[in-house]
Amino acid sequence: MPGQSAGRHVGLVTPTTVRLFTPDDPLRLARGGRLDQVDVAYETYGQLTAAKDNAVLVCHALTGNAHAAGFHPGAAKPGWWDHLIGPGKAIDTDRFFVVCPNLLGGCQGTTGPGSLDPATGRTYGLDFPLLDMADFVAVHRRLMAHLGLTRLLAAVGGSLGGMQVLEWSLSHPEDLANAVIVAASSRLTAENIAFSAVAREAILRDPGFHDGHYAEAGLTPESGLSIARMMAHITYLSGEALSAKFGRAAQQVGQQAGFGVDFAVESYLRHQGEVFSDRFDALSYLYLSRVMDYFDPFARPQATAAIAAARPGVLVIAFTTDWRFDRRHSLRIVARLHGAGVPVTYRCVPSASGHDSFLLPIPRYTDTVGAFLDRAWEVIRA
Amino acid sequence: MTADPSAAGPAPDGARLPDESRPADGRLSPDGSQAPDLSRPPDGARPTDRLRRDLALLGSLIPPGARVLDLGCGHGSLLRHLQAERGCVVQGVEIDDQSVLTAIRRGVPVIELDIDHELNNFDDQAYDVVVLSKTVQAVRRPAEVLRQMARIAPRSIVSMPNFAHWRNGLRLLAGHAPVSKDLPYAWHDSPNVHFGSLADLEELFAGLGLKVERCIPLDPAGRRARCPLGLRNWLASAALYELSGPPATAALARPTPAA
Repeated sequence: MPGQSAGRHVGLVTPTTVRLFTPDDPLRLARGGRLDQVDVAYETYGQLTAAKDNAVLVCHALTGNAHAAGFHPGAAKPGWWDHLIGPGKAIDTDRFFVVCPNLLGGCQGTTGPGSLDPATGRTYGLDFPLLDMADFVAVHRRLMAHLGLTRLLAAVGGSLGGMQVLEWSLSHPEDLANAVIVAASSRLTAENIAFSAVAREAILRDPGFHDGHYAEAGLTPESGLSIARMMAHITYLSGEALSAKFGRAAQQVGQQAGFGVDFAVESYLRHQGEVFSDRFDALSYLYLSRVMDYFDPFARPQATAAIAAARPGVLVIAFTTDWRFDRRHSLRIVARLHGAGVPVTYRCVPSASGHDSFLLPIPRYTDTVGAFLDRAWEVIRA
Repeated sequence: MTADPSAAGPAPDGARLPDESRPADGRLSPDGSQAPDLSRPPDGARPTDRLRRDLALLGSLIPPGARVLDLGCGHGSLLRHLQAERGCVVQGVEIDDQSVLTAIRRGVPVIELDIDHELNNFDDQAYDVVVLSKTVQAVRRPAEVLRQMARIAPRSIVSMPNFAHWRNGLRLLAGHAPVSKDLPYAWHDSPNVHFGSLADLEELFAGLGLKVERCIPLDPAGRRARCPLGLRNWLASAALYELSGPPATAALARPTPAA
């Protein structure tokens, strides 16, 4: 509850769900196909000004959700970006109206492959159409319209969230005065795709996957999903962070060597996998990670024409020990935008925590986002 | 080499203010102690900071609307001035944490990179002008940086404090390393790693095939020095150079910046 940890919070929050697409007005997907019904769960913090010029939209990462800040009733832990979003914080809810939706294809309130297909009454499973980064943006834009917003002061996101912001700023830069792209990529490397591939294989080969209709069969591919998570989790940390946290410590002193959970790091990973398979849907994992694999927006013809004309403010942040999307991924975004004549602000923030740094309260990182948004606020108030 | 025709021009006679950009001292970047308050400002206008004299003079050399890259941009004062007053499309490069933060807060786009090793992230001829203001003496490999600058833009503007200024010579004769307005650091505490004269710098330009289009000797206050151009190596405290060329830049190896 508020007051349990240091700093001020946005207080109690509750998610809202809205139907943004209907059979009369379906969502037509970038890779073909359509969805006749799309519901979106979202949370908002802060107040929208009369001029509606202070909206900041937060895009979450692969396994995130709409609960970015504040506390749900009875919850002990705040939202996943609570150190960044709140009164007096970098994304200052005393000044900004913050919106955080669960993304399309997710499993935490927004329509995804685990939702019921209104046409069949069954879960979509693998009949859910393949998604594209542009589809996430299309749904975010519809949410903006629903909220009466014509332009955002900023879109902000980390990892897959940052990739959504990049897509948005390339395809519809007129929507955004500013874009904040943290620990993201404009094109996954073979190594990135390889890790994703193994994660998906673990899910698809789990007998509990049941061709994607596990829910109806009363099954879950929990073993595959937790293995996927365990492996992905390693890529989110750094060797340095793992050594510092666990070293080679034994899980239990005096334990006999075997194939159990002998080392502390094994116990940690197993726990991460188990917790994750309880809260996340395997189908969403497949669909969302696949979107990342295919994302390559600068390969499109005239990719930077729109952003070069609109020239929103762009902030790109990388972290020194991030090897999931190392700084070269961020520098590629910078170089491409830069080559198109778009001024960019870029920082590589020292951190020992790897890719997960974007979720952590690192002062140089939060101060940078804060300074960038302070300036954005000053411009609209001038 | 010609004397500067615009020297009598628009350099404003601004008094030094605490939140000026780079200190007039030739340090790579400020230490942050002079950074403006980054806490939430009150709504409304912030005080307009006035530009340091040498930066105003430097700015007057840059054509309106130009694309400008400033290496070691400090708090971004020059770029902010060029943005607001001359309609330039600007980009800063800086590596000092507080300076980067201050530039961001002021709305100057800044890329946090090491000038010595990471200029290959910029495309060939991506800018009209690239600026290296009182920084060349503090980078590790000035020749390489100057070469990169010529690759990035057809025009470079470089300024450097003059180690051979007569006052510095007197200090040396008196048995001590020079300390002056342009070289304000004690020998053991200086970010400057190269101590060259204007003549030395001009030799380096020539060796790199860089043509000096304009040279403006500066006095310790950052104004155009009132000395014969031929005596600048003894009488100027620092100097500003506008450079062009060399034409054959394609030969420079430029590693792919990103994955």
